Amino acid sequence: MQIQDRVEQVDDLDRYVYHGRIDIPNSYSAGTVGSHFLTELRDKKIFLGMKCEKCNVVYVPPRSTCKYCFAKMDDSWVEVADKGTLLTYTVNFAPTAAQPAESPIIYGIVQLDGATTGFVHMLGEVDLEDLRIGMRLQAVFKPERDASILAVKYFKPLK
Amino acid sequence: MGNRVAIVGIGQTYHKSNRPDVSQPEMVNEAVRAALADAQLEAKDIEASFLSNMETFEGIYLPDHGMADEIGAYMRSGLKVCTGGTSGASVVAEAFHYVAAGLFDVVMVTGFEKQDCGDTTAAITAACTPVWGKGVATGAIGEFAKQALTYMENSGSREEHAAMVRLKADRGACLNPYAHLKLGLKSIEEILASGYLVWPLRLLDFCPQSCGACALIYASESAAKKMAQKPVWIADVETVHQEPFRAGSFGDPTGLETYTQEVACERVYKRNGITDPIKDICMAELYEPSNWEELNLYERFHFCEKGEGWKLVEKGITEIEGAFPVNPSGGVIATNPIGATPTIRVAEAALQVRGDAGPHQVTRDVHTAMATALGGPNWTVLTLLKRSL
Ligand SMILES: [Zn+2]
Repeated sequence: MQIQDRVEQVDDLDRYVYHGRIDIPNSYSAGTVGSHFLTELRDKKIFLGMKCEKCNVVYVPPRSTCKYCFAKMDDSWVEVADKGTLLTYTVNFAPTAAQPAESPIIYGIVQLDGATTGFVHMLGEVDLEDLRIGMRLQAVFKPERDASILAVKYFKPLK
Repeated sequence: MGNRVAIVGIGQTYHKSNRPDVSQPEMVNEAVRAALADAQLEAKDIEASFLSNMETFEGIYLPDHGMADEIGAYMRSGLKVCTGGTSGASVVAEAFHYVAAGLFDVVMVTGFEKQDCGDTTAAITAACTPVWGKGVATGAIGEFAKQALTYMENSGSREEHAAMVRLKADRGACLNPYAHLKLGLKSIEEILASGYLVWPLRLLDFCPQSCGACALIYASESAAKKMAQKPVWIADVETVHQEPFRAGSFGDPTGLETYTQEVACERVYKRNGITDPIKDICMAELYEPSNWEELNLYERFHFCEKGEGWKLVEKGITEIEGAFPVNPSGGVIATNPIGATPTIRVAEAALQVRGDAGPHQVTRDVHTAMATALGGPNWTVLTLLKRSL
C-alpha cells in the first residue's frame, strides 16, 4: 500500500480512542521575594524591583538570586514606576479558556521606568492601529485586587 | 570506561511536607548553595547543570524555564532528566556520562521536588497509561501494597519484620539533621497499631511527600586534584528499563517476571569484581518507598538468599552498627522529595564514603557504597561509589 493510501484511511479504521480529562489541583508558593512584590502590588499599587548593586540590574518581577553573578540579593528592594515603555507586543484573536480576558487580547512586554527587565502583561484602552513599539504606558489597577499580577488590569497608553 | 569522575560537593535542603516560605527556585537554590559551599566553589566554576524533577507532580510544565537563572544554570550547558521515580539517579548517571566522556570537567547535578505544589498520587493515577490503566490505577501505594502481600506470601515473613525495618529507618532519620519524618518510634507494637493506608500497607509503612532538593558537584580526575573536598569516585552506574504496567513486577505475583534490580546489580557486580555483595560493598542507600520493599530489595540485590531478606533485619545486620548497614539516613520512608530522592541516596552514600555523615555515620569503614533507585516503570538505576579507584 502506498503511504498516501494509508494516510487517507486512518480516520476510517474504526479504532477505539479513549477520551480522558486530567484535572489535578495545584498550589504554588510565590516565595520570599515574590510574596512581598505581590502583596505590595495589591495593597499599595506599587511595583518593587530587586537590585543587584554589583551588576547594576533591577529585576522586575524580583528574584532572590542575581542570574549574572549568583549573589543573594536579600533586601535590596527598589521601587520602580507604574509607567513604562512597550518593548514588544502581539495580538491574540483566538484565546483559549486558560487566558482570562476577552478577545482580542493584546499581550505586551513593558519595561517599567527604573527596571532593567521586561514585565509581561496585557494592554487595554488602545486601538490596535495605534500600537507601537516604544509607546509609553501606564498601569491600570483593578478596584478589587488579589496578590497576583492580575491585580493590574492592563497597561494603557500614557497621555 | 572513560575518564574517572569524582563527587566533590554535596548539598541538600532540610525536608518538610510544606515549604510555603519559598518558591520552587528559591528552595532549589538552597541545595545549590550548600553544594557549592561544600565544594568551596562558585557558581561560575560550574560548566554544565543537570536537573531532575517529576514535573507533572507539581503541575508546572518545564519548571526549569522559571528556575534556571536562579539556580546557577544561566547560560550553562546541560539538560533536565525525567524518568519517573528514578529521575534523580538517571541524572546522576547522565551527568557521569558527560564528564566520563571528557565533555566537561566540573558539573552540577540537582534533583528537586516541591510536593506542596501538587497532588502526587492524583498525578500518578490520573496520568497513568490511559488504555490499560484508566480507573484501575492506584498510584504508588497500591503497587507497593501488592508488593507487600506478595512478599509476605512468598517469604513467610510477618508484619513484625516490616515493622523492624520501619523502626530502623526512624532511628536513622532521628540522627539525620536533613530527614523529614522523625517520629521517635519506640516499638514494633506502635507501628502495627497504625491504620491501613491500602491493605496490607499501614500509614507508617509508606513514604511521605516531601519538599526538598539535593545537589552534587562532579569533577573529572584532573579537576578533582585541584579541589578542596575529598573526592568520592563514581566507580560505575547502571540503568535497566522495562514496560512494567502489564508485567506488574513490583512484587511479581506470577513468579515469572525478571526483576530489573537483578539484571542491574548482576551487571554492576560482574564489572566490578563483586562476588559477595555485603562483604565487598560496605553499605547501601536503597530506594525503598515502603519497609516491605526494602526486604524485597535485599533479595533482589543478592544481599541474601531468596525469601530471607527479613532475616537480615531480624539479626540487626542492616542497622547503623551492623555488618551491612542499609539506609542509615532514614531512607525514602522518612524523606521523599521525589525528583531528589535518588540523588539523596547517592549523596548519603557519598557522605558515608567520605566519613562525613555525622551522627548517622555507620560503624563499619565505608570504602565502597551502593545507591539504588526505583521508579514508576519499575526501572532500576544503580550508582557504585568508592573512596579510591
Ligand atoms: Zn549580580
